[in-house]
Amino acid sequence: MKTNDVILQFTAKIVFFMIFFYAVHIFFAGHYTPGGGFVGGLVTASAIVLLIIAFDIKTVQSIIPINYIYLVAVGLIIAGATAAFSMIMGKPFFTHYFDYFNLPILGKTSLHTAALFDLGVYLVVVGVTMTIIQTIGEDE
Amino acid sequence: MNNFLLLPVLIPFFFGMFLIFNQKRLAYQRITVMLGLILAIISATALVFKVYQDGPQTVTFGSWPAPFGITMVSDMVSALLVLTTLVLAFFIVWYGFESIGKERERFFYYPGVMFIITGVNGAFTTGDIFNLFVFFEVLLMASYLLIVLGGEKAQLRESIKYILVNVLSSAFFVITVAFLYSVVGTLSMADISLKIAEINQPGIITVIAVMFLMVFGMKAAIFPLYFWLPSAYSAPPIPVLALFGALLTKVGVYAIMRTYTLFFTHDLAYTHELLLILSIVTIIAGCIGALAHFDVKQIIIYNIVIAVGVILFGVAQMNQIGLEGAMFYLVHDMIIKAALFMLVGIVIYVTGTTNLRKMGGLMKTYPALGWFYLIAAFGLAGVPPLSGFVGKLLIVQGGFQAGNIWTSILILASSLVVLLSVMRIFIYAFWGEQGQVSKQVNKTVYHRMFFPTMLLVLVSIFYGVGTEWITPLMEEAAKILVEPSIYTDAVMKGGN
Repeated sequence: MKTNDVILQFTAKIVFFMIFFYAVHIFFAGHYTPGGGFVGGLVTASAIVLLIIAFDIKTVQSIIPINYIYLVAVGLIIAGATAAFSMIMGKPFFTHYFDYFNLPILGKTSLHTAALFDLGVYLVVVGVTMTIIQTIGEDE
Repeated sequence: MNNFLLLPVLIPFFFGMFLIFNQKRLAYQRITVMLGLILAIISATALVFKVYQDGPQTVTFGSWPAPFGITMVSDMVSALLVLTTLVLAFFIVWYGFESIGKERERFFYYPGVMFIITGVNGAFTTGDIFNLFVFFEVLLMASYLLIVLGGEKAQLRESIKYILVNVLSSAFFVITVAFLYSVVGTLSMADISLKIAEINQPGIITVIAVMFLMVFGMKAAIFPLYFWLPSAYSAPPIPVLALFGALLTKVGVYAIMRTYTLFFTHDLAYTHELLLILSIVTIIAGCIGALAHFDVKQIIIYNIVIAVGVILFGVAQMNQIGLEGAMFYLVHDMIIKAALFMLVGIVIYVTGTTNLRKMGGLMKTYPALGWFYLIAAFGLAGVPPLSGFVGKLLIVQGGFQAGNIWTSILILASSLVVLLSVMRIFIYAFWGEQGQVSKQVNKTVYHRMFFPTMLLVLVSIFYGVGTEWITPLMEEAAKILVEPSIYTDAVMKGGN
């Protein structure tokens, strides 16, 4: 007999976006307040895990068709390339650059290459967490 | 400001990331891994020459001033070890094409190899004690993958032990760094060296020195802490075993060498005496193990333990000659252990057993294998024109100079045991009646395994015969180990 978890599934659909946007908020807030790529990645992964609990692994894979192992590799490449970029500019490895820009809607904003490094960390954390959970979950 | 010294660390790292893609396409995997290693070898060779000409190279990450950022330092010691690591990895990966098995190759074997090299090279190059810990973890994580990859029963059993021991020793590493940080208040190795010299090594620093010996001794397998090594190393397949046997314990040896020549040099009577005693007992324990076994893998594995003892004996002397000998012997031992494991792997492949008693008479069917094994065995024992001779000679000379007469004689005597243990393999496997022969020996596979092995033995012969050319490099390395101020000056003043 199949249990009817309509309440769980309906709540998950709404709560997923709340958690996901909270994760994005944490990710961008990392420079001035507690947060950053690692926590942001974990919270994102927990949002996806909520979907997996409410539905099942195959459904979630068709909703978010990402190969998480490749996501880890892409994250590593972004982080590594950000760090190595300064080598091309003739500065020591891992030198970051930042400046203030006047963006159309947001106004005066500081953009920093450390955010790109954090994006790499974010992708690696999401990828690793999801790989672990998926491989254990699919294991018979 | 010089990023050049990072290339031998970064190239394997980036190639490891690219290897995560296209797991199923073996041609892509093999070509990419070889390309990466060749590029890294070229940059490491250039680095050795640059360090030889211009002295130690440093770069502090992120343009921060020296003690505040993470500094990477490439002096002669680390440049030589980095080059050796990459050359060995090249030959071992090549050897692995035929012997590691397609299933493993399709499941992240090559990224694992590249990340282990990143970790080893990073650990050799770093100038920051916590960064050293991170690189230790990088190489250990990759080694966890390689030891368990394949999922055979023995591998699962031994990987549990291996991971347990290493997690424990890593936790001790963090605790020790915490102690050190609370005393000196810095993590940069050059700065730590200066701060310890300022406070003249009070008792607490000596305690920390012994804790470091315990931590690195567990990684390097010195006497009371080598218990995990023989069983753990017998589990993985031969190319992985060669990689582990040649590189992993040597990182621990290097870390002991670095900390005991750079930091803890003010209470030699206690710390270096302890190191001396432990190295002697390590040699004895290794000798007993090497003679006791009739399993070819175990004999070579116990020879790792003996070599670790010999190198640390050289370090414990704290004089120019002893340290030069230790450097010579360290590089020699990395090369020859890799070569021996590869040779023994071929012997296991053609006989289908690891038990010496079942082998015999290979000399008739595989004469080239026999002769190359004999050369490698003589090289390991230190027969004069070959590679093990100069290192051990200098170590013993350093021992005599420091007044450790009896222990130096014991080092010489241990060479006989080493020779006996490896000659036993030669006598049992290559002489006598025809023993067990594996049914499915494929001649092309044999030749493809034998060719890189042969080249590596030739490298070791060259290392022994060409001592004249290598000596200036080793002298440079020993000078830095004896004179920490060269290192600290390069980091603190030579920065941006």
